Amino acid sequence: MIGPERHAALSGWAFLAPALLLIAVFFFLPVMAALALSFTDFDIYALGDLQRLRFIGFDNYLQLLQSPLFWIALGNTAYFVVVGGPLSVAISLGAALLVNSRLTHGSAWFRTALFLPVVTTLVAVAVVWRYLYHPRYGLLNYGLSLFGVEPIDWLGDPNWAMPAIILMAVWKNFGFNMIIFIAGLQNIPPPLYEAARIDGANAWQQFRYITLPLLGPTFLFVALMTMIGYFQVFAEPYVMTQGGPANRTMSVVLLMYEEGFRWWNMGYASAAAFVLFALILAATMLQLQLRRRGSS
Amino acid sequence: MFRLLSPIILLILGLVGCDSNPDRIVTVEFWAMGQEGERVRMLLPEFERRHPGIRVRVQQLPWSAAHEKLLTAYVGRTMPDIFQLGNTWIPEFVALRAIAPLDERLRTGSNLALHDYFPGILATNRLNGHTYALPWYVDTRLFFYRSDLLAAAGFSTPPTGWDGWRQAMTRLKGLAGPDRYAILLPINEWQLPVILALQCGAPLLRDQDRYGDFRDPRFRAAFAFYLGLFESDLAPPVSNAQMANLYQEFANGSFALYVTGPWNIGEFGRRLPAAIQPDWNTAPLPGFGDAPPCPGQDPENGAIGVSLAGGASLALARTSPRQEAAWLLLEFLAEPAQQAHFYQLTGDLPARQTAWNDPALAGNRHAQAFRQQLQYVQATPPIPEWERIAHRIAYYAELAIRKQMSVDEALTALDRDVDQILAKRRWLLERGLIP
Repeated sequence: MIGPERHAALSGWAFLAPALLLIAVFFFLPVMAALALSFTDFDIYALGDLQRLRFIGFDNYLQLLQSPLFWIALGNTAYFVVVGGPLSVAISLGAALLVNSRLTHGSAWFRTALFLPVVTTLVAVAVVWRYLYHPRYGLLNYGLSLFGVEPIDWLGDPNWAMPAIILMAVWKNFGFNMIIFIAGLQNIPPPLYEAARIDGANAWQQFRYITLPLLGPTFLFVALMTMIGYFQVFAEPYVMTQGGPANRTMSVVLLMYEEGFRWWNMGYASAAAFVLFALILAATMLQLQLRRRGSS
Repeated sequence: MFRLLSPIILLILGLVGCDSNPDRIVTVEFWAMGQEGERVRMLLPEFERRHPGIRVRVQQLPWSAAHEKLLTAYVGRTMPDIFQLGNTWIPEFVALRAIAPLDERLRTGSNLALHDYFPGILATNRLNGHTYALPWYVDTRLFFYRSDLLAAAGFSTPPTGWDGWRQAMTRLKGLAGPDRYAILLPINEWQLPVILALQCGAPLLRDQDRYGDFRDPRFRAAFAFYLGLFESDLAPPVSNAQMANLYQEFANGSFALYVTGPWNIGEFGRRLPAAIQPDWNTAPLPGFGDAPPCPGQDPENGAIGVSLAGGASLALARTSPRQEAAWLLLEFLAEPAQQAHFYQLTGDLPARQTAWNDPALAGNRHAQAFRQQLQYVQATPPIPEWERIAHRIAYYAELAIRKQMSVDEALTALDRDVDQILAKRRWLLERGLIP
């Protein structure tokens, strides 16, 4: 006889089985295969004849860490995460506060309008932004020229290309986080604000001592998701600059894509993918740790 | 019950029906890219009329995904019987052993006149003494220029030699002012520096393509000439991605010269405003002639210098069980009449020289420079790693243009990178795993 507890466990597993099977076949298996690939020099030659495949241990990883291009890509990605991430979170929070404010009329309309860039196709967005950034007829430079600023070659100048990409990415993505922040804001019970007002708290104090602490979990979620997403930056530089000028917008995922699907160095590309995975994991742990220490 | 069974019965009936068909129709699977894949269908009724036992099924692949799709098809053993491929991909597909050599078929009972092909283009389809594919249409790079701007600069006819063109460019820049340039050379493209190097007779790689040879004085001279065009402010340091609208820029005189390929004959015709239409033309690339930096390398003494042998070819899959039928299709598409017809459908320039006598092509004034240029084309090193190496050339050229590296540093780094890219090739050669 199977005891009731065993029975419950068994049926639990039975219900989980389809989902687990799918995850195993479509996620864990490919990931394991990629891990194995990262220890080989799998390339176009090996594709034709497996005799031409070598197991090379950690050579891909060593080569990656010695490659100047990888460090450039890593630096660019870090730049994107460190500048773009907080900027994106701050703008989404600001937009959420404005949209959620009692003083805003037609907040549903604003919510939709600000969310629009998120659902727009990136390639279409890129075409429009390429015009905005155009050094001679771009709207952005025209606007700056009214303040006497010399024209900037946004996508062509190695120093401006990354800020330009960040600006576009933040504009494109902040709407999503904004919606999550709005949901978080609406979960804060209004009586708390009423009590604070009776105690004489001003708007800033209400924000600092009620809104921010109660948004904590939302904040953590948004910050983590944004960071992970921004570490994987690919589409924006891929369509806007293809990594240029002079590799200043080359990201780790773009590097991985080029190595893997352009040059068919599957082994090397897999190694790059695992290094990025380790970095994202470490950054996530660090952020969770900081948050825990901050809240205790 | 019957509802469950009926599909099965239908299926069995269908199978029996197919099997009892007396005249056994062979269906040839043909993969072609972009507009070629779309337009080639219009040639096929004639082929199927001549060969009633063969049906052709064309699958159209977008260019951007074609390379990947062919490789995955190879891995998944779902290769078509006959397929189009860029001729620079041939070494790669040969290394994969995906292509059936055509030598036997060309030797026995074929009336294909190989000498009718542009020799430089045909050469890209040959590797280690075997012919692996036949050119379908051709592609090379040459000058597209604004004849009105050139005339305003004092050149009513195109200049000769790089010397002459360089003078013309200097004058064009002088007239154009600070925001406009003489020539557009997108810095992410490797083609022009490589063309200049080939014109100088630089070998590019050495020891049977085992190592890079970019510090060779001939490559260095060509590289320096290329960098000089940016240094003298004749060309802007911009990449393709930055050109919001190339045709608009050409029309408003942002640049007067552009080195590009035959697809732009059609594009310029369609996209440039009507007022500009009489004012643009094409010219073969010049050679260095007697002028430094690489004297005495080109056949026409400066009038025409070599350019790249590009284009697309047709190949048979090695694993195909329908090679006979696929070969008939390849032969058909290689006929001059079909080549000329295909040009009318697509604007793709024919690989067979006799097809160029067709009135439609002979009457296209923008195509004539290509006919001249195609007599002087040269292939890049026939190894699968070439695209990757070419990409590195453009990368280090960009760094040198932006003065982030000196010429010496750039070429040393290029040699180092290329040696690393070729490491696997050296290992395979040592082991005799590739010829």
